Amino acid sequence: MRLPSGTYAQNYGQDGALVRTKANWAFLAVVIVFVFTIPQWASNSFLALSTVIGITIISAHGLNILTGNCGLVSLGHSGFMMVGGYALAILCAKGGLPFWLALPISGLVAGVVGIIFGLPSLRIKGFYLIMATVAAYFIIHWLVLQFRSLTGATEGLKVPSPDLFGLSLRDRTHYYYFVMVLVILATIVATNILRTRAGRAFVAIRDNDLAAEVMGVNLFSYKLQAFFIGNVFAGIAGGLSVQYYMYANVEQFPFFDSVWLLGMLIVGGMGSVSGAIYGAIAIKLLQQLATKIGPSLADLVNPQAAVGLGLILPSLAIILFLIFAPRGISHIWERLRNYYQAWPF
Amino acid sequence: MTFFFQLFVTGLALGMMYALIAIGFVIIFKCSQAFNIAQGQIVMLGAYFGYTFLMPLRLPVWAAIIASIAVGVVMGLVVERLALRPLLGQPALAIVMMTIALAGVMDGIAIMGWGGNYVTYHDVLPELTLKLGAVSVPPSSLLGLIVSVIVVAILMFVFRYTKIGLAMRATAEDEQVTRSLGIKATMVYALVWVVACVVGVVGGVLLGGVSGVSPPLSEIGLKALAVVILGGLDSIGGAILAGIILGILENLAAGYLDPLMPSGGGLAGVFPFIIMLAVLILKPHGLFGLKRIERI
Repeated sequence: MRLPSGTYAQNYGQDGALVRTKANWAFLAVVIVFVFTIPQWASNSFLALSTVIGITIISAHGLNILTGNCGLVSLGHSGFMMVGGYALAILCAKGGLPFWLALPISGLVAGVVGIIFGLPSLRIKGFYLIMATVAAYFIIHWLVLQFRSLTGATEGLKVPSPDLFGLSLRDRTHYYYFVMVLVILATIVATNILRTRAGRAFVAIRDNDLAAEVMGVNLFSYKLQAFFIGNVFAGIAGGLSVQYYMYANVEQFPFFDSVWLLGMLIVGGMGSVSGAIYGAIAIKLLQQLATKIGPSLADLVNPQAAVGLGLILPSLAIILFLIFAPRGISHIWERLRNYYQAWPF
Repeated sequence: MTFFFQLFVTGLALGMMYALIAIGFVIIFKCSQAFNIAQGQIVMLGAYFGYTFLMPLRLPVWAAIIASIAVGVVMGLVVERLALRPLLGQPALAIVMMTIALAGVMDGIAIMGWGGNYVTYHDVLPELTLKLGAVSVPPSSLLGLIVSVIVVAILMFVFRYTKIGLAMRATAEDEQVTRSLGIKATMVYALVWVVACVVGVVGGVLLGGVSGVSPPLSEIGLKALAVVILGGLDSIGGAILAGIILGILENLAAGYLDPLMPSGGGLAGVFPFIIMLAVLILKPHGLFGLKRIERI
C-alpha cells in the first residue's frame, strides 16, 4: 500500500494497522454510514439490489483469493455457491439446525467440495484448470438434480425463515444489516489472509508456481488451501443467497454467474480486495441497468431484449476493461489518488 | 441390437457437430495459443444467419453459403482486430476472459437479433439420408462428416504445402522469432480467426438446416471443449476422432445408464464433463496433444 508522505509508523501496531491515515478513516466512516443508512431512505427494490450486491461481494472475495491472488482460475464458482446454498437449505429444512450454525457449516461443506475439485490443480493449470472447474460446475449441477429426496431436484427446496438468537431476520431490513456485517467481516478476513504466510505463498504461486516450489513453497498444501478458502466464501455467499430467497433452486446459480464473478475481478482489478468490491458493484449495477432499460427496448427489438442486454452490457464492460484498463477500477482509483496527493507535481 | 445401432448413429451425428466446433477451436489455438471459448457461439450465430439468408431473404442455397462465408470473414476480422489484437502479449487468462466475454456478447446478439427463438429451415437444404438396414443415418451426421472432411483436407493441404501454412506453423512455434524473420504475425492471426469463423459459420448454416437452432446450441460449445481436451488442444485429427468418440459415448451412456438413475438421469448433459475431468487428471494433454515442457 502506498502511503502519503509524512505518515510514519512508530510502533509495530501502527505498522500493521489496516487503516493508516485520517483521510482513510474519514472515507471509511462515510462509506459505512452510507451503507447502514440505505434502509432509511431507499426503496424496496434498491434494498434488494444492495443485499444481492453484498452477497456477491462475499463471493467475489473468495474468487479473488483463489484466482486473483493464487492464480487458479475458476469458472465453477457459481457451482460452489450452489453447494453452500443447498448445504444450508438441507441443514435448515431437513436437519432443523439453527441458521447461525448452518451458515458456517455450509461454508465448510463448500470448502471441502472445493478441495475435492481442486485436486486436479496439482497436475494441471491455466486453460486446463479452467476446463476442470467448468466440469466441476456441471457435475455439481447434475448431482443436485439427481438426489431428489435430498435436494428436491427441479422443484427446489423451501427454507424456513432465519432467526439469529431469537432476533428474526425475516424482515428484509434486518437481513440487509446482517449481510452487510458479514460483508465487512469478509472484507477484513480477505485482507488479512493476504497478509499472512499463506497469502504471500499464494502470490508466489500465481507469479510462477515452479519458481515458488523451488523456493520451498509447498504447492500441494497451498493450492488446496486456496481452493478451500476461496470456496468457503462462495459457500457462505450461496447460503446467504438461498436464505434471502428462502428457497433453494438450481436456477439461482446459473453457469454464467461464474463468468460474471470473474468479470467482476477484471473490472474491479485482479488480486485487489477493494477491486472485488468495486467490480461486484459495477457488474451488478450494469445488470440492473439492463433490466431497467430492457423493457423499453422490447417494442423496438423484440420481447427478449432485456435478457440479451443483460448479457451484452456486462460482457462489453469486461471487454473494454481488458483492453483499456486491464488492472481495473482499483488501479484507476489508485492513480487518481496518487495524482491528487502529489499535486501540483 | 437395433437400439444400440440407433444410439451409435445418432451419437455419430452429435460427434460430428462437436468435431466441427472443436476444429475451429484447434485452428486458433494451434497458431496463436489463444483459447477460443466463443466457438460454439460462432456456430450458433452462423446458423441464425443461415436462417435469415434462407427464410426471410429467400436466397438460393449457393448464394446463402457464399453470403455466410462473407459473414464469417467479416466476423473473424472484426473480432480479431477489435478484441484480440489489443491483447497481444497479455497473459493467457486475459485472452480466455476476452473470448468468454465475446461469447456473452454473441449470445446477447442472438437473443436481441433473433429473439432467442428456436428457428429451423428444413426442406431448404438438399436432403441427404442413408439407410443401413433398419438403421437410418441422420442427415446431420452425413453433412457434418462431409463438411469436416472437406475442411480438414483443405487445412492439411494449406498447412503442409503453402507458404502461408508455413507461416502459420512458424507463428505457432515462436511468435517473436517469426516476426524477426519478417513474417507478419498479426496477419497470420487475422487469417486464423477468419478461417475459424468461416468454418464455424458455414458449419452452423448446415447444422441449422438439419436440426434447427436455438441459444442452447451455444451450450454445445462448452461440451465441445471436452472434445478438444480429449483430442489434444492442437490436433485437428484428434478433434475429429475425439468428437466421434465423445458423441457416441454420450449417447450410449444416455441410452443405457439413464434408466438406471434414480431420478430421470440426464446423463447426456454431464457425461462429456465427467470424461473431461477424467482426461484432465489422467492424461492432461489428451490423445494427440503436444506436451510442452515448462522452464522457469
